[in-house]
Amino acid sequence: MDQLKGLVSENAYTILNEVEEKRASLIAALQELQVRYRYLPEAAMRQVAARLRIPVAQVYHVATFYSAFSLKPKGKHIINVCLGTACHVKGASLIMDRFKRDLGVEQDETTRDGQFTLQGVRCVGCCSIAPAVMIDEETHAHVRQDKVPEIIKKYRPSSPVTPVRHPPEPSPSSQTSGKPGK
Amino acid sequence: MIKSLADLEKVASEGERRIHPPHLKVMVGAATCGIASGAKDVIHAVEETLKQFGNGAASARTGCIGMCYEEPLMDILKPGWPRITYSHVKPEQVAEILSAVKEGKVVKEGLLGKIEEIEDYTRNTRYRYPLENVPPEIAAVENLFGLEFTAKQQHIAMRNCGIIDPESIEEYIARGGYRGLYRVLTEMKPDEVIDMVDASGLRGRGGGGFGTGRKWRYCKAAEGYRYVICNADEGDPGAYMDRSLLEGDPHSILEGMLIGAFAIGSQQGYVYVRAEYPLAVKRLEKAIDDARVHGLLGSDIFGTGFNFDLRIVKGGGAFVCGESTALMASIEGKPGEPRAKYVHTVEKGLWNQPTTLNNVETWANVPVIAVRGAEWFASIGNPESTGTKIFSLVGKVNRAGLVEVPMGITLREIIYDIGGGIPEGKKFKAVQTGGPSGGCIPANLLDLEVDFDRLWEAGSMMGSGGMIVMDSETCMVDVAKFFTEFLKDESCGKCVPCREGLSQTHEILKRITEGEGQESDLDLLEELGKAMQDSSLCALGGSAPNPVLSTLRFFRDEYLEHIKNKRCPAGVCTALINFEINENCTGCTLCVRNCPVDAITGERKQVHVIDQDACIKCGVCLDVCKFDAVTRNTRNTHSGGKSQ
Repeated sequence: MDQLKGLVSENAYTILNEVEEKRASLIAALQELQVRYRYLPEAAMRQVAARLRIPVAQVYHVATFYSAFSLKPKGKHIINVCLGTACHVKGASLIMDRFKRDLGVEQDETTRDGQFTLQGVRCVGCCSIAPAVMIDEETHAHVRQDKVPEIIKKYRPSSPVTPVRHPPEPSPSSQTSGKPGK
Repeated sequence: MIKSLADLEKVASEGERRIHPPHLKVMVGAATCGIASGAKDVIHAVEETLKQFGNGAASARTGCIGMCYEEPLMDILKPGWPRITYSHVKPEQVAEILSAVKEGKVVKEGLLGKIEEIEDYTRNTRYRYPLENVPPEIAAVENLFGLEFTAKQQHIAMRNCGIIDPESIEEYIARGGYRGLYRVLTEMKPDEVIDMVDASGLRGRGGGGFGTGRKWRYCKAAEGYRYVICNADEGDPGAYMDRSLLEGDPHSILEGMLIGAFAIGSQQGYVYVRAEYPLAVKRLEKAIDDARVHGLLGSDIFGTGFNFDLRIVKGGGAFVCGESTALMASIEGKPGEPRAKYVHTVEKGLWNQPTTLNNVETWANVPVIAVRGAEWFASIGNPESTGTKIFSLVGKVNRAGLVEVPMGITLREIIYDIGGGIPEGKKFKAVQTGGPSGGCIPANLLDLEVDFDRLWEAGSMMGSGGMIVMDSETCMVDVAKFFTEFLKDESCGKCVPCREGLSQTHEILKRITEGEGQESDLDLLEELGKAMQDSSLCALGGSAPNPVLSTLRFFRDEYLEHIKNKRCPAGVCTALINFEINENCTGCTLCVRNCPVDAITGERKQVHVIDQDACIKCGVCLDVCKFDAVTRNTRNTHSGGKSQ
């Protein structure tokens, strides 16, 4: 009898699991939509709610809880400046400031041409090569402030970013006058 | 399909031929950090060169061996030679190095070491490479595992990282993989497995340090449809060992979960992994597919009637989801908000069913225990904290990387012997352990033995193993502010003490770093911290004040310096510092050209001047100056500033 009871509950669990897993697919569905549209359009969220038979409010709750989702369209390239601890002690906030200035946007904003969205990320797990910046799925190591324009240029070759006014190049002699490195 | 030990051996010999082929093989470390350091171009160069060689010469990708400071790494295996390793490899060097090897010669430049033997923990054997009749350069170069960085390490969880191709199940099996599972399924009863893990003393590597065997026992005792979960939502900033294990040896985690599932009686598992780790997800997916194809996941595993399958769930980017109840809510498709643990997750976890959740590193240790036994594992480390622990040794340290060391090693040994001390001869100030829940440990505790309990006593914690070294140019108030800001953003907002406590703490710290602090603020910070510890709903809030409390405990003077003297001794807090150009200036104009806000003026070959009102204190001028002509003042000498 006990064995039979065990078997019944086992089967019931399997059925219930299937139901529950359907509900759990909400996040995965939103992730796919986010990849496809680079944000979550309202119409798509309503469709998800209808299809999974859950309230729209629940979809909205999840969509606004996780940082992976955005209700505003994101740029073509996502710049994630790592703000983890190792990057922080190696000056990540200065790198972030430089991106902000050079792109002319604040954190979590998208450039007017729709090319870049600037974000901070809590840690990309590349602490040994800090400070790190992840652009789309590519990680840049040991990023320096003065290298930022170059990095941006790599992703936007058509319009070079030159926020700095460049005075004429000095003659080579004045630049390298035999001073030992720091 | 693998159904027996003989099947396993057959796959193993196939894998062995892949690990040690009868022809030249070149391996490049291709974990995320390796790729970021330029491994992709090196791989391309290797493939191009080998194409010309013919004769079955092969290239392969491995995970990260932990020597991140030497990346990109290239390993060469030539029959009759030990395995040799080149560091900081540039694509243009590859052809020269490999052509020499082909002709039995060795390029000395960049040669880091040789691997004389590799230990197979899961079979208690060693693979020895031939060391005789090798070129003199190889005879002379050091053993890779005898370098300062490696000598004190013991790679148990990382046993295959950097050794095998993580995308090859054959190579994993050749290194003793799935033998622990075989032994457990065919020789042991579930309770015996739990007893074994209990006796091994294995404690949760994710941070809490709870006894793994005990957790399994509670879970097995609970009624219901049991689940196992691997917590791969590595959220602690500054820790990346989970990513490295997932990228370097995904099967070890699968095998650990299979053993755990058998012990507690579970048929379904989940791996909850960060979406920010695309490569880890990819390798994990491949590992799961391969295990299914070989019959190591699915039904009737090893013909014993044991069924188990695994699913990957990608996280949505919320730090709080590292907390077990929040993680389970997230798998259920809900916002990752924790719940109070009156009832533990081992009884009512995922979908209210009994659930065993362990961290990546914990799972990776299990197969070794299953083969080598509890006693062997318990003999490593300290009696109360057995085995090894992986630390990510990063920050202001010469040799940054992943280190796996026996528990009980001192901080000094890790930072100085393994890590090579602080760069540019600067002074060690503190080491931060335990992520945002941990604390900062000062120099006078450098001889502290590192294990779960000692770190706890020092006001910090093991956490997942982040170890961020800080030097005299790291401001401790700024560090406290950094963690508080981080946690403020990541607090789910469900309970008041955490939500409001963190934002108020952050306000106060911000005030202090801007030179507007008062002495009474320090008491207020302590009071707030205490309240959060006592009344927060989950561990995130309960441990959130630790960075503030531990820096207050060990670095109170630095807080007072900010408050009383409006000075940031480390020269970090921008409101309290400024930059000036001194008489060393040769007028090379380099700083002028690099200043992002055009705040520097001066004629060529004349001493330049910084416009203090325009300066944003980014410090680029100091970084680029070759003549030590830029001074960073730890007190703002400009009278127009906020603090006078």
